Amino acid sequence: MAPEAVSFDRHPDSYRHWRLRVDGPIAWLDLDVDSGGGIRPGYELKLNSYDLGVDIELYDATQRLRFSHPEVRAVVVGSAKDKVFCAGANIRMLAASPHEWKVNFCKFTNETRNGFEDASEHSGQTYLAAVNGTCAGGGYEIALACEKILLVDDNSSTVALPEVPLLGVLPGTGGLTRVVDKRHVRKDRADVFATRPDGVKGRTAVEWGLVDEIVPRRDFAETVRERALEAARASARPEGATGIDLPPLDRTVTEDGLRYQNVSARFDRGTGVATITVLGPRDPSDPRETGAASWLLALTRELDDLILRLRTNEPGLGTWLLCSEGEADAVRAHEDLVLHADHWLCNEIVHYYKRVLKRLDVTSRSLVALIEPGSCFTGVLLELALACDRQYMLDGPPIDDEASEDRASLVLTEANFGTFPMGNGLSRLDSRFYGDPGQVEKLRAEIGRPLSPSDADELGMVTMAPDDLDWEDEIRIALEGRASLSPDALTGMEANHRFVGPETIETKIFGRLSAWQNWIFTRPNASGEEGALRRYGTGQKAVFDRKRV
Amino acid sequence: MPEKIDYDAKIPNNVNLSEDRRLQRALEGWQPRFLNWWGEMGPTLETHDVYLRTAISVGREGWAHFDHVHVPDYRWGIFLAERDRDRRIAFGEHRGEPVWQQVPGEYRADLQRLIVIQGDTEPASVEQQKLLGLTAPSLYDLRNLFQVNVEEGRHLWAMVYLLHAYFGREGRDEAEGLLLRNSGSPDTPRILGAFNEETADWLAFYMFTYFTDRDGKYQLGTLKESSFDPLSRTCEFMLKEEAHHMFVGTTGVDRVVTRSAELISEHDTLDIAAHGGIPLDIIQKYLNFHYSVSLDLFGSETSTNAANYYTAGLKGRWLETRRKDDHQLTDESALLPKPRTDGTWEEREMQAILLLNLDLRREYIADCETGVKRWNRILADHDISFRFALPHPGFNRDVGINSGHHVTPDGSIVDEATWLAGEPRWLPTAEDLAFVRSLMHPVYERGKIASWVAPPRQGINGKPFDYEYVHLV
Repeated sequence: MAPEAVSFDRHPDSYRHWRLRVDGPIAWLDLDVDSGGGIRPGYELKLNSYDLGVDIELYDATQRLRFSHPEVRAVVVGSAKDKVFCAGANIRMLAASPHEWKVNFCKFTNETRNGFEDASEHSGQTYLAAVNGTCAGGGYEIALACEKILLVDDNSSTVALPEVPLLGVLPGTGGLTRVVDKRHVRKDRADVFATRPDGVKGRTAVEWGLVDEIVPRRDFAETVRERALEAARASARPEGATGIDLPPLDRTVTEDGLRYQNVSARFDRGTGVATITVLGPRDPSDPRETGAASWLLALTRELDDLILRLRTNEPGLGTWLLCSEGEADAVRAHEDLVLHADHWLCNEIVHYYKRVLKRLDVTSRSLVALIEPGSCFTGVLLELALACDRQYMLDGPPIDDEASEDRASLVLTEANFGTFPMGNGLSRLDSRFYGDPGQVEKLRAEIGRPLSPSDADELGMVTMAPDDLDWEDEIRIALEGRASLSPDALTGMEANHRFVGPETIETKIFGRLSAWQNWIFTRPNASGEEGALRRYGTGQKAVFDRKRV
Repeated sequence: MPEKIDYDAKIPNNVNLSEDRRLQRALEGWQPRFLNWWGEMGPTLETHDVYLRTAISVGREGWAHFDHVHVPDYRWGIFLAERDRDRRIAFGEHRGEPVWQQVPGEYRADLQRLIVIQGDTEPASVEQQKLLGLTAPSLYDLRNLFQVNVEEGRHLWAMVYLLHAYFGREGRDEAEGLLLRNSGSPDTPRILGAFNEETADWLAFYMFTYFTDRDGKYQLGTLKESSFDPLSRTCEFMLKEEAHHMFVGTTGVDRVVTRSAELISEHDTLDIAAHGGIPLDIIQKYLNFHYSVSLDLFGSETSTNAANYYTAGLKGRWLETRRKDDHQLTDESALLPKPRTDGTWEEREMQAILLLNLDLRREYIADCETGVKRWNRILADHDISFRFALPHPGFNRDVGINSGHHVTPDGSIVDEATWLAGEPRWLPTAEDLAFVRSLMHPVYERGKIASWVAPPRQGINGKPFDYEYVHLV
């Protein structure tokens, strides 16, 4: 029997693994894993170790803190259990999971950790880690994603990244990268640290930069509160604002697709293609008045959910076609409203949409945009097309209506010039025309003008603009060709092409670290019969093939 | 504006051209370029008209129409053999599935490459034969040259049709590229080496149509097995026309040998050069040359490309459906004769699927032997003891495992000095070529023929030899 599809719907009222408490400007987010509550059967979540289900709740909490709690200015991530902060990702779960599950899980946890940093940087919600006990592997990676790490000084609590020595894998959720890039730990110390199964405690941890502060047990709670209040005082979160509710998504799930109010996806399992259609605004209402029902926020939530569901539940749908339908003018009108409102909620919407676009950027699926008559790839929605690996634009009437005068166009707006940076810190246009800033400047002059297929082709905005006679065949052949290639090679290739230019912590985590982790996960030394992941906890030592490659 | 074409009047076809707007548009761009190419690269000799065969249908009866035609107005057509609706894939990993009516995206690049390579050979031979009309030994031969040329042109159309109809914009670009490469051009030569060799005289033309067009027959035969049905059906129909080209080659060499035998008997000497005939040893050298460069067209003896094409179902074996094996070839083995550096041959056992080019080459060699037997019978009938023979497959090779070795016609592996010393006995020398060329005087008088070749036993389409096949300007 196929396992039940993973749902990303959560609500704080029914969290199984986290306690969320808001107390004025401070939110307390405590990990309290229900060891019998794994999202799949077959493992126990001991010692506050986590699996995908635990992390989905964490993601839900971070989202609600941003949208529903404008009063929160500092978030303290702690543990409700005694003497253990978090033991990281559950090893039995990792050992028992198929490869794509492990990788998908790692990607999602990374995205959630990045969300902490995004909230600290762009929303005035500073994350602090209150480490009150054992903090190992993924547990320390949660702490590393916070701006400050406080460690209880009890002469036994440690921080550790024991993946290399104990498991034969990497701390792949940004652990290695954040130690050196974010916290500037000296590389020789980082090397010692990451090869020590027992980790580092107390003063050494502070001296090496692994934590910011050690606090005696009895002062711990108070010091954490103080630090949180300090962070809150420095925040630019608005005074007296009222948050909005994030109601459950209105979603219809069928065998062949998913349908929301503003997004739908149709599956063709035979060809491995999911066709995703995004609808433009029918009612470009002001989010300050309509909250979660306003178009861009609703769309973003639905798209986020769709991406997560497809990534987790539909690994065989290797190609996603992105389409849009609607009025370009309406998209632009709504976008103007959100982008220029100078309001905390609009700011949150912009950053949320940015994160969802980033999620798309790091999605290991072939992304193809189809720009047809009746589509509305304008400004914010044009970013979706630009996120794709290829863009095809129909140069002719709609396929099913030869007599129609309707022609495809796309429209650039200010939003395409830096509002939604990618993980590499560049806009999608800067990435597309990397090393050719003149081209981007040239495009700035085209803001607001509907670009015809030939304009778009000439300006380098589309891969190809076949006419109505060629369209169906070109698309079919492109998709079939894609489907025939090695999915692993495609994943590597696409991730490479999507992230040009400078390295950032994000590109390192998604580009390098997860690539290495993926590779290591498939090696016999990690996942073979005698590999470290399999042997962990059996009392037997892993047998390594000693050849370095 | 591209020129508008009256499709049904100008382009006989059975692909529903008058209804296919995409194909029409593609042809509107390509067809004038083709005519320009024909004007520049087609036969040099000007004629009023030529008695030509035009393909007008694919039925068993009456697929061809004969008439005098002004050559530039020849109706190059687009024909696919009739579709067998139950046809299934005969080999490879898709064996048993219905054949494809569309190009599977997965195999687009490979299929396109196969079609482009096949397509590239078709206009190449027209280019190679461009000047031959100026020295034709009779009106009958002149007519055959034109016939071969227009049909090579039609075969080009056949491949271009596939590129236009099934490969989108890239296909159109590749179709144009077929007209932009030219045989022997230093910058843009034809893809395969043999198609950049000169066909400088009529003996070479007969040898070419015997040996090189016969390679075409075998290549088309493997593509006829393709799971991509339109390609299969195109090739099936092309094979009908190809048969005539080989007929020109077979009977052409026959007639040269017959004439030489007559002169040998008449003058009681093998040295008939002085009597206006071509000595048998020169014919053998021509044979050696054309046979060996044609073997190069089969590619390397071991080929993972060919294996991949086979597994994918793109290109089968000669008469695939008649083979009695599993049509997968993953468990079969075959022997590959390989030259060793110490001058001996070894037989290496390999997976059969890696030796498909060798398999096809063996079929071809067996076929070539029948011609040699024919020509030897002519010599026997004239009580001449000389015998023609195909050289060893390792002889004079530029492609494959033999290319780095010097192999004599009898299969001995020799050093370079021995090779160079023997070469003038094995391959046409500059003097041989000059001599043959010296015999090439046009004979355009009705019923007359050049000194070095016998007249054919029969004319074309029941017409006599002295029929006025060509009206010259």
